[in-house]
Amino acid sequence: MSLRNILNQFNIAKQCRQYNLSLWQCPGFLTIVMGVTTLIVMSGTYLIANHYAEEPEVAALIVIIVTAIIFVIGYLIVNSFNYLAEANRMKSEFVGIVSHQLRTPLSALKWALGLLIKEEALSEEQRKEYLEIVKSSNNRMIKLVNDLLDISRIERGKIDIKPQKFSLAKLAQESVSDLELAARKNNVKIELKNDENLPDVWADPSRIRLVLQNLLDNAVKYSNDNGRVEVKIGREGDNLRCEIIDNGVGISVSQQSQVFQKFFRSDNIKKNQVEGTGLGLFIVKAIIEMSKGKVDFESKEGKGSNFWFTIPIIKF
Amino acid sequence: MTKILFIEDEPTLQKTLSDVLKKENYEVLVSSDGESGLKTAQAEKPDLILLDLILPKKDGFAVLQDLKKDETLKSIPVIVLTNLEGTTDVEKVLELGATTYLVKANYDLQEIIFKIKQTLEK
Repeated sequence: MSLRNILNQFNIAKQCRQYNLSLWQCPGFLTIVMGVTTLIVMSGTYLIANHYAEEPEVAALIVIIVTAIIFVIGYLIVNSFNYLAEANRMKSEFVGIVSHQLRTPLSALKWALGLLIKEEALSEEQRKEYLEIVKSSNNRMIKLVNDLLDISRIERGKIDIKPQKFSLAKLAQESVSDLELAARKNNVKIELKNDENLPDVWADPSRIRLVLQNLLDNAVKYSNDNGRVEVKIGREGDNLRCEIIDNGVGISVSQQSQVFQKFFRSDNIKKNQVEGTGLGLFIVKAIIEMSKGKVDFESKEGKGSNFWFTIPIIKF
Repeated sequence: MTKILFIEDEPTLQKTLSDVLKKENYEVLVSSDGESGLKTAQAEKPDLILLDLILPKKDGFAVLQDLKKDETLKSIPVIVLTNLEGTTDVEKVLELGATTYLVKANYDLQEIIFKIKQTLEK
């Protein structure tokens, strides 16, 4: 072990940062606090006990108080270990879910490639169909991996937000046009309804584009045939508010509290067999909160959903 | 013609496996969710069922349970074809009466066909 490694062992602040914990949650730091408290208080107790030699109750009382303090700190240390163990368990579960999510497109790839390689008497049309499967599976894996990278950046607090002034209405217009093809395929109509003379907003346009893409993508995917998606932008105090309203499957009341959680996919979505990673809305919420905005939704099962977010007009 | 019911919600997997099965001269019925899979099984009485576990409307475990409860269906061999893999899942489906358990990502189509033939010969 080099000297540097040994020194690093004592660098408590660095350890805490690595665990993603604040000082008061960090086992290394709390242990030192406990040690120092014990030393100081024990010395104090000795002095006080000497002073009150005729009144042993006072000394006993102080010892009880000291023990209680040590007990509380010890409890905090155990708690922080529990927290780390829980984080570790969640991570394992996360890896399990991701692996499972990757296995579906991987199986499709494996089978389609097997057919393309082994079957000689394939018609041109069949070849094309299998190649399409290869392509769509590949895209699904790329999307999943990109989402995971975004999440990992968000969780490590490493996502770059480079705010600047831009027109939200214009960005929404662009995002809508990007999705037009997919919308037409699903037989969904997207309408953009903006208030006149909207001011510019202060945020990172590339991140807000991701937010719009995710929300619009959901609205289109979860719309029924002949669906309608409405995008409305208007002013709300010092913010612009953007609403994405669909008349799709909606989210049941019992599941509404989980919508922004990682890997959440509603039963209604599963019933309607729409593919997705369950990561999009988690990313949306993180980006909007980092942009000093708010995001939420209203939804009625079978009637549709209204997802909205705000971003500030003025510079912070 | 031997009839195979394939209960699977993923279109890409439906397409690839059922194409190969057809090539092997099996009659293939495909269902995209647990409920309709069960209905098709009752109506068509297939010779073998390929069953995914994570399915819309009714999951594979529940479908398997219902299949094995039904006097007219319980003798049909069921191959569970899934990407779930945990010892508890394997034990559970075998306990519920599945003939065998295959992880999709670990088998290519030829191997699956081989397993199907083996099961049908028994």
